[in-house]
Amino acid sequence: MSTHKDQTKAVSDQDTEGPAAPIIFFFIIGFAASLVIGWGIFPKLLYSQKHQPIDFNHAVHVEEVDDGCESCHYFREDGSFSGIPDLESCMECHEDVIGASEEEEKFVEEYVVPEREVPWLVYSRQPDCVYFSHAPHVISGKMECAECHGHIGESDHARVYEENRITGYSRDIWGKNMIGIAKNPWERMKMDDCSKCHIRENVNQGSVQTQKGGCFVCHK
Amino acid sequence: MKIDRRSFLALTIGGAAGTALTPLPWKLTDDSSIWSQNWPWTPVPAKGENSYAYTSCTLCPGGCGLMVRMVGDRAVKIEGLEGHPINDGGICILGLSGLQLLYGATRVKTPLKRIGKRGEGRWEKISWDEALANVTAKLGQLRDANQSHTVACILGSKHGTTSTLFKRFMTAYGSPNVMTTPSVQDTLEMTLQVMHGVEAEAGFDIENSDYILSFGSGLIEGWGSPVRMFRANSAWRENGVKVVQVEPRLSSTAAKSDQWIPINPGTEAALAMGIAHILIKESLFDNDFIENHTEGFAGWKKMVLDEYTPEKVAAITGVGKTAIVRVAREFAGADKPLALCGRGCGDTPGSLAEAMAVHTVNALVGSINREGGVIAVPMTAYAAWPDMTMDSMAQSGMVKSRVDGAGSDKFPLAASLLNRFAGGVIAADAYPVNALLISGANPVYATPDAQAFKKAVEKIPFVVSFSSYMDETSMNADLILPNHVYLERLEDVPVTAGLQKPMVGMVQPVVYPLHDTRHAGDVVIELARSMGGSVGDAFPWDNYEACLEAVLGEKWDALSEEGLWQDENFQPAEWGEAFETASGKFEFMNSAMGLMPSYVPLSLEGNASTFPLLLIPFDSMRLASRFISDPPFVIKAVEDTVLKGKEMCVEINPATAKSLGLANGKSAVLSTPKGGARVKIYHYDGIMPGVVAVPRGLGHTADDKYMAGKGANFNALIGPVEDRASGLDTAWGIRAKLAKA
Repeated sequence: MSTHKDQTKAVSDQDTEGPAAPIIFFFIIGFAASLVIGWGIFPKLLYSQKHQPIDFNHAVHVEEVDDGCESCHYFREDGSFSGIPDLESCMECHEDVIGASEEEEKFVEEYVVPEREVPWLVYSRQPDCVYFSHAPHVISGKMECAECHGHIGESDHARVYEENRITGYSRDIWGKNMIGIAKNPWERMKMDDCSKCHIRENVNQGSVQTQKGGCFVCHK
Repeated sequence: MKIDRRSFLALTIGGAAGTALTPLPWKLTDDSSIWSQNWPWTPVPAKGENSYAYTSCTLCPGGCGLMVRMVGDRAVKIEGLEGHPINDGGICILGLSGLQLLYGATRVKTPLKRIGKRGEGRWEKISWDEALANVTAKLGQLRDANQSHTVACILGSKHGTTSTLFKRFMTAYGSPNVMTTPSVQDTLEMTLQVMHGVEAEAGFDIENSDYILSFGSGLIEGWGSPVRMFRANSAWRENGVKVVQVEPRLSSTAAKSDQWIPINPGTEAALAMGIAHILIKESLFDNDFIENHTEGFAGWKKMVLDEYTPEKVAAITGVGKTAIVRVAREFAGADKPLALCGRGCGDTPGSLAEAMAVHTVNALVGSINREGGVIAVPMTAYAAWPDMTMDSMAQSGMVKSRVDGAGSDKFPLAASLLNRFAGGVIAADAYPVNALLISGANPVYATPDAQAFKKAVEKIPFVVSFSSYMDETSMNADLILPNHVYLERLEDVPVTAGLQKPMVGMVQPVVYPLHDTRHAGDVVIELARSMGGSVGDAFPWDNYEACLEAVLGEKWDALSEEGLWQDENFQPAEWGEAFETASGKFEFMNSAMGLMPSYVPLSLEGNASTFPLLLIPFDSMRLASRFISDPPFVIKAVEDTVLKGKEMCVEINPATAKSLGLANGKSAVLSTPKGGARVKIYHYDGIMPGVVAVPRGLGHTADDKYMAGKGANFNALIGPVEDRASGLDTAWGIRAKLAKA
């Protein structure tokens, strides 16, 4: 039968049995491990790495065309923006293989011949709840393509497309930098980034319908 | 080193502190909220270049022009067509949701043959060849047995080439039994036939009128051509046009009107007669019109002065004497006043005497065939059909009496009496109905006394539905030959919903047919040709499109290129030439038929002690009550004072509710002599004590989970009451009782 005295003894035995592990040691282990997970492993898990179906070379194309970016990324007659050209536009030149690149051969074989649209991954596509139109930015706002998209026109290879596994959207929109530091527009384009520029450029922040704040400028 | 509980605590705390300094929790919170705003399973339109395809809407008789935004072959949005004379860019909620009727799940995708019991929903997919052979064999058999007249046909509309093809088929085949979905237009047509002596549709120059007196018409709730009415309503506001709404219930139209006159249900004709009384007594009528262009005024005038004094009318209608006198004086004082009738969206034909009473109010002030008035729009034969030869079987079939009694000695004015069809089939007095073809209509749902209609259908051995949807009628058919939906087909749509001039819209395919469906017009032509003989000879066209092009003649170009044909030069006939009655004048009374504008009280089914309440229906733009059921987008927009969860709400005056001990929001059982339904009590000050109201358009049992099982079908609670003169359904309500559930 255990007595009060026995219990006291047991406790004191434990105290004297070897050196007590310092609490701070475990704290530091936990702290360090979570930093490794949070900064090292989590970002890798959060974004999947996808490759474009064709390794597109912008630099080569820009050299060949007359109108720069607008040769392929043009405004339609109704003011809407063509975005990524469809297969028909590509086929204006690439009906057959015209160069020596393996990627072009693959493109012709897999897409041009079966007349299948290329499932390009769009780095800068905004989510569906955002109404974005190129026309007010490029035509009225006289912005250059590179101001938002960076120097993609000079690239020789298609970058890896990083897709957020939770939201399904491109990392270029959600933020290259995990803590949200963005030096250039192409590193992040979330709501605050749109809004920062809209305020700076004195874009009409009122909605025609509600005469209220700027929500309806982009969320229609 | 010993690891104890405190070590774990320290590890956890360290981990938590460290995690807080990483992007992990913040990013996860942000991403999960963004994920929730962009559900990945929500369908979004395809990206790509937009283009527009142009067509017309067929979901109601309104005839709106549509422009459909397309991305490639996919239709992504339906918009109103700008510049169209009816809707000019506007569109209603049902029209807007039409893509769900195209891409939705309730489509019948191939011809189907029933393998289970009727209504069980067990079907076998069959080929078109087999389906057509099946129908041809059955119809051929009946014809060979001299039973061609026992085949009946129900159509959604009496106008348009597809309907005409069905009628032509029935004539060549040898059956007089073609019925069409009824509406107040039928009653208005008869009114013009009796009083003007012309065959014409009633048009209303609402845009140019400066005083609107509506006897229960849901002007912004689906009456006439709905989007045109919205536009007119806005114009009335801008131009200070006074709108007076006479209705037992504070509907949206009543709420938006300048004056709402609550009236005892069903007594609108008495008020019209009371107004006529004041116009006559105070000599406020148009002397020129009455003196020179009317016949029978003196006799009728005496009856009006005796029978419809303000005192008597006040007692019948519950409208105060001063209000009656004031409205009459205002009406006569306006330059271009216009009185309208047709309750709600106008689906119930109503009483002929009542339509005549309201028409007479217009006639008294001369608002006939002039700006801002009622216009008799002649039914121009815009399509030219070649003659056909009927063989002896067709001839003998066509002279048989009709199942519904239309055109008989009893109902000489009627061309179709769908409300009498079920009774005719069940009684089978002269002959049984052996086959039924149904196109563009859902009568098993939409006919008053729906149970009786279903029973009648059960009695018919062979039922063929041409519906694109698995609706109530298709569910009770033996064979479904699915039509293309309107966005997939070519069709002409004459607009008869009260426009001022003849107009025909063109429905043009905006997408290729998604499923193995066929145009009902093509199917009729194929059927006729496979029957052969004089039936086949009546259909000399290769297909529907060839037929349409041939019968439209020179209008084909305008219709196929511009999508619209209207008779630009149409002018309403001058009073001197407008009337083709025996007297050549506007006739107040037709003594041969014993017809005159008057108030004929309706004896409602059920006795007042068992059923102490009056149940009336109401229509709403958010509830499609015709052959189309609400698509998911539309049913989502129904207020929870109309549909709460899966229960339909019944509007009841708080005073009546209190006397019955029915608390707001509680469930109850609504019963009528025809049927019962579980409902939710909704206390509403906008309805008269003693009257209760429920919406039309709920209570579907077929279709998909979005529509089926929500509320109750008003048509199952009410029965038709036939008008003594027209034979059409004139029931505006039924006796009812409410009890706690």
